[in-house]
Amino acid sequence: MAILLFADHDNGTLSEQTAKALTAALQIGPEVDILIAGKGAAPAAEAAAQLTGVRSVLLAESDALEHRLAEASAALIVGLAAGYDTVLAPATTTGKNVLPRVAALLDVMQISEITEVVSADTFKRPIYAGNAIEVVQSTEAKKVLTVRTAGFAAAAAGAAAAPIKAVEAGTEGAELSSFLENMLSSSDRPELSSAKIIVSGGRALGSEEKFREVINPVADKLGAAVGASRAAVDAGYAPNDFQVGQTGKVVAPDLYVACGISGAIQHLAGMKDSKIIVAINTDEDAPIFQVADYGLVGDLFDVLPELERQL
Amino acid sequence: MKVLVPVKRVVDYNVKIRVKADGTGVDLANVKMSMNPFDEIAVEEAIRLKEAGKADEVIVVSIGPAQAQDVLRTALAMGADRAILITTECPVEPLTVAKLLKAVAAQEEPGLVILGKQAIDDDSNQTGQMLAALLGWSQGTFASALELGEGRAKVTREVDGGLQAIEIALPAIVTADLRLNEPRYASLPNIMKAKKKPLDQKSAEDFGVSTAPRLKVLRVEEPAARAAGVKVGSVGELLDKLKTEAGVI
Ligand SMILES: Cc1cc2nc3c(=O)[nH]c(=O)nc-3n(C[C@H](O)[C@H](O)[C@H](O)COP(=O)(O)OP(=O)(O)OC[C@H]3O[C@@H](n4cnc5c(N)ncnc54)[C@H](O)[C@@H]3O)c2cc1C
Ligand SMILES: Nc1ncnc2c1ncn2[C@@H]1O[C@H](COP(=O)(O)O)[C@@H](O)[C@H]1O
Repeated sequence: MAILLFADHDNGTLSEQTAKALTAALQIGPEVDILIAGKGAAPAAEAAAQLTGVRSVLLAESDALEHRLAEASAALIVGLAAGYDTVLAPATTTGKNVLPRVAALLDVMQISEITEVVSADTFKRPIYAGNAIEVVQSTEAKKVLTVRTAGFAAAAAGAAAAPIKAVEAGTEGAELSSFLENMLSSSDRPELSSAKIIVSGGRALGSEEKFREVINPVADKLGAAVGASRAAVDAGYAPNDFQVGQTGKVVAPDLYVACGISGAIQHLAGMKDSKIIVAINTDEDAPIFQVADYGLVGDLFDVLPELERQL
Repeated sequence: MKVLVPVKRVVDYNVKIRVKADGTGVDLANVKMSMNPFDEIAVEEAIRLKEAGKADEVIVVSIGPAQAQDVLRTALAMGADRAILITTECPVEPLTVAKLLKAVAAQEEPGLVILGKQAIDDDSNQTGQMLAALLGWSQGTFASALELGEGRAKVTREVDGGLQAIEIALPAIVTADLRLNEPRYASLPNIMKAKKKPLDQKSAEDFGVSTAPRLKVLRVEEPAARAAGVKVGSVGELLDKLKTEAGVI
């Protein structure tokens, strides 16, 4: 029943999504190996080795794996797959890019974005933007899964280090694609996917300047991450990686503050499992109020500065 | 160069679906169906490549019931040249779709296949990556920009931390994200013209691909409902509730 977990990391640091996916993996079975594919990725491997419950860490390093492009990563995983019954990854953009390629090469149907492990072959996953939950059983000899991490707590770190084994990286697939550059948004704020508090802005913000001027000070006071609706991202008020929703990030913080967001199905899909939801909207009939624990009908340009002052 | 665009007929994005009381699935009777929104973006991108002289022909293909003709006609009205409908009795899984698309690719020999990144009904986000694997091609997923060059393409991808630019060898698979373009509406004259464009009908059996599902859906459940909330009258009241009642700040 061995399980291979394809880690999300940036060589230097291990993403918290990996620790969350490990929790899901350990609910499937106890023998979990974490695969670190990268280059100069020893720090990520060492962090993975300290996660509680890991059997061992496999470290594969090459130029082609430095950015975990799909073709080389999938070839690597397929080469290791014989030793495992289950291959899984957190449903980050890397996991979503690589694992279906692995599944097809293994002639297996992937189960995407599981939110619950029912048993070693049966899982729950949301469909139709989370408006229905499918309980689905795999009939395959091998299982390929991605894990929606919002519903799983991160495995603890600090355990006695599991062994790190080097594995051959191979060169297959490397000629198909090459990395050019990353244009990443840099921020001192917590990361959206793991933040305890998120302040999100919608179309009502009206401009990039206003978005920054009104949302950021409140987020800073709360130590919160900043999110956005698709409308706000499409209009250029916020970068693409801020988008929360069916096709953006799925989050479940302790507190989600939706400001000037109407509450379309696609947005709710990304945040309705938050512990406490606050909605600030001028329209008292906005659908967002149907999921809000606390609703404040009002103009966000008055409410948010006031909120910042009182915090 | 030919560009192949797979389009799926799905429940319209504005419809809030209902789970059947007996837990066997989702109630799709009399529900509005449309082209998957990401596939509209994929069709638009292919048409723009043709308009820019970088593609010669845009072929759209759908796998599904006979009514999937409607979404193919929509794509033809937007500007695609011809359509292929592969009819199946039951809904098919992404792996099966990818196998059928591989067979179509073998016949048509496209230089590029543009899919949507995700179908908004099954939310799988698999088919493009699987097709790339089966063909042994490169993949540029979650694309927000696409530039075709000689034998290679530059794809800008929407990733968790922002954007990533990669170069991929052609022929390639690209999957469209929301911000790749804004799809056009079909004009009335083009809708009329589309009725005369060729639409080839096939069945899954013609390609010798088994449509038997690999996954067993045991039941479909209603998501957990949230308890009703309250409206607060002021910022002060809100902060008080967050501190004392909810304990989240
Ligand atoms: C395929 C597809 C995928 C999608 N994926 C996503 C996704 O992942 N995430 C997502 O968010 N959306 C997604 N959408 C878009 C979604 O359908 C909505 O269009 C979008 O969420 C609306 O954003 P919004 O609430 O900011 O804007 P609007 O719906 O325009 O709402 C603006 C709100 O602001 C309020 N308002 C206006 N002025 C003020 C003010 N001064 N103070 C307070 N309130 C004010 C208004 O009353 C209104 O409720 C997707 C759509 C499609 C088709
Ligand atoms: N039945 C189908 N017919 C045509 N294209 C499909 C079908 N299913 C999926 N696709 C394509 O694959 C993409 C991703 O779908 P999915 O992997 O199901 O999320 C869609 O946006 C379509 O471009």
